[in-house]
Amino acid sequence: MRTLPSAILVAIFAFSQLACLGQGPSDVAHARSSRPLLINGAGASFPFPLYSKWFSEYRQVDPSVRINYQSIGSGGGIRQFLAGTTDFGATDAPMTDEEMQQASGSVLHVPTALGAVVLTYNLPDLAAAEEGAEPGALRLTGPLIAQIFMGEVQSWNDSRLAELNPHLRLPDRPIITVHRSDGSGTTAVFTDYLAQVSSEWRERVGFGKAVRFPRGLGGKGNEGVTGLVRQSPGSIGYVEFNYALMNRMAVAGVMTNEDTTVHPSVESITRAADSFVSQIPADFRMSIVNPRDPEAYPIAAFTYFILNGSMEQEKGSKLMAFVDWAMGPGQESASQLGYAPLPPTLVERVLSSARSIELL
Amino acid sequence: MSSSSYELGRDVRPSDLTFYYLLKGLAWGLVLLLLAMVGVIFALSWEALSHFGPGFFFDPSWDSWREQFGALTFIYGTLVTSLIALILAVPVSLAVALFLNELAPSWLARPLGFFVEMLAAIPSIVYGLWGLFVLAPFLRDHVQPPLGQYLGFLPLFQGPPMGVGMLAAGVILAIMIIPTIASISREVFRSVPATLREAALGLGATRWEMLRLAVLKASVSGIVGAVVLGLGRALGETMAVTMVIGNRPQIDWSLFESGQTMASILANQYAEADSSLHLSALTAVGFTLFVVSLAINSLARWIIWRMQRVN
Repeated sequence: MRTLPSAILVAIFAFSQLACLGQGPSDVAHARSSRPLLINGAGASFPFPLYSKWFSEYRQVDPSVRINYQSIGSGGGIRQFLAGTTDFGATDAPMTDEEMQQASGSVLHVPTALGAVVLTYNLPDLAAAEEGAEPGALRLTGPLIAQIFMGEVQSWNDSRLAELNPHLRLPDRPIITVHRSDGSGTTAVFTDYLAQVSSEWRERVGFGKAVRFPRGLGGKGNEGVTGLVRQSPGSIGYVEFNYALMNRMAVAGVMTNEDTTVHPSVESITRAADSFVSQIPADFRMSIVNPRDPEAYPIAAFTYFILNGSMEQEKGSKLMAFVDWAMGPGQESASQLGYAPLPPTLVERVLSSARSIELL
Repeated sequence: MSSSSYELGRDVRPSDLTFYYLLKGLAWGLVLLLLAMVGVIFALSWEALSHFGPGFFFDPSWDSWREQFGALTFIYGTLVTSLIALILAVPVSLAVALFLNELAPSWLARPLGFFVEMLAAIPSIVYGLWGLFVLAPFLRDHVQPPLGQYLGFLPLFQGPPMGVGMLAAGVILAIMIIPTIASISREVFRSVPATLREAALGLGATRWEMLRLAVLKASVSGIVGAVVLGLGRALGETMAVTMVIGNRPQIDWSLFESGQTMASILANQYAEADSSLHLSALTAVGFTLFVVSLAINSLARWIIWRMQRVN
């Protein structure tokens, strides 16, 4: 009688082990039949629309491999990658030196595309300065964006805004700023830019995936920010370029000097990477905000795959083949979705870096 | 081979015994699961708790750039939004329960009761979206301006109306906990013996006096229990609150301002927290939420216990 509870415990334990086996590692499932090789990745949500398109297109290119991607966020992607539960990770902000030391082997950053952060606003009573004309896009400068998000410019008819926008008649409305409340690569790129153009921002707020915004509303995810901007007249927020593009949102231009206003576009974002091309280090970990080229959109960033420096033969070669494809035909589908393709000179370097993966 | 609640006789069948141990094991399993969860959460929180000390619970700053973390703003946000929810939901729920049980004809009570309980089945993300796109603009245009105009002398209703904020979160929570409080209160009222009602009416009480003296008075401890269950849902609600609270941690008297609750900071930052101190601080907030819920539940149990003893 005494042994009965323990017998039940043993049975429960055995059953749970069986259940674990059922969903065991992909390699086991693969060995059993000619089912496609599963490669698992997880990470950034910023490039998720692009990656899901890539992986579904790639099934036609090579039916023998299937790539699973879960957009759990860059931080989670790096943690899973370091824990070895995924075959590759994806992140917007490159891994820090500290994180790279935690990896068991060498870690490769592979830039896959370029993304940008754009400012979107909701001003229902915005009018053109000229009677009857269509109001054009709002113009801002980097330091002014910082002042707006720090609460130093509080009204839409502030003289600092009016000066930059002689083509608009700005309403007398309080400015409501909207930021990402969740940790995100988008915030990291945005605050990285503001910290570079405004020393006050750097001291008061800092930069990173989640900073303490001095004022405004926080929305969770691009959709949260968009929702808040849409329903709050007088608001301004920042979202990913592809998201603003797909949702046809009003997007501000950024003035890079007295007479150049850059609007985010596939070309102007690629130019941002282009103007840094000679300085990009061998591991590609570099911020490309605030470039010297005045025609380049200044709030842009790479998004990366993170790969192990040495991989098992089969998975490694399949993944390398995928990177080859992504750097070729894949770059074209990137621009359709509002991600900018990498500059051609950089593509060469990325390919040779990916080919350096050691196959075991 | 004996237990206080179930005495096994001498000639026990093996199947009975198996069944007994199975149920006992499951019951104890739940307790162990809870303890294991608390243990793991506490272990993961330890880095932050030992780094900041007890000051963690009284520190209003939350800044991952400077690695300075404190839970006070989130405790404040959780308590204030839940309090708003209770203030709005309790009278409505009790009125609904009284009407359905005591006043409404049964052809109306059944479908109406069904719809009230349907509210509990709506997923919280749907509440959140509705809150963001319908409730918040409504509050901004039609509720906050008059509140600010007539009650603006109170610090609670100052500042520009923005729709989203602590008030919107409280209202959403109120709607979400009404079905819980209402349906449990209905059960409580139903359990009041009919003889009590008849006696009250027979002594010449009006309908309202009968409800007050016979039904409500006899149900107080049950009502407290219903309110506590509702409060439990309000304290831990995550998704709907995250979408309408404005998500900026601060302690501000005004209910028009944005805030952040313990559950919503977890939903917001857990996925992308990089540094181990940040992660640990988030887990510590989760631990705090657990402690606060436990404390409030124990307090309510104690109130019920006291009232039952007085009666």
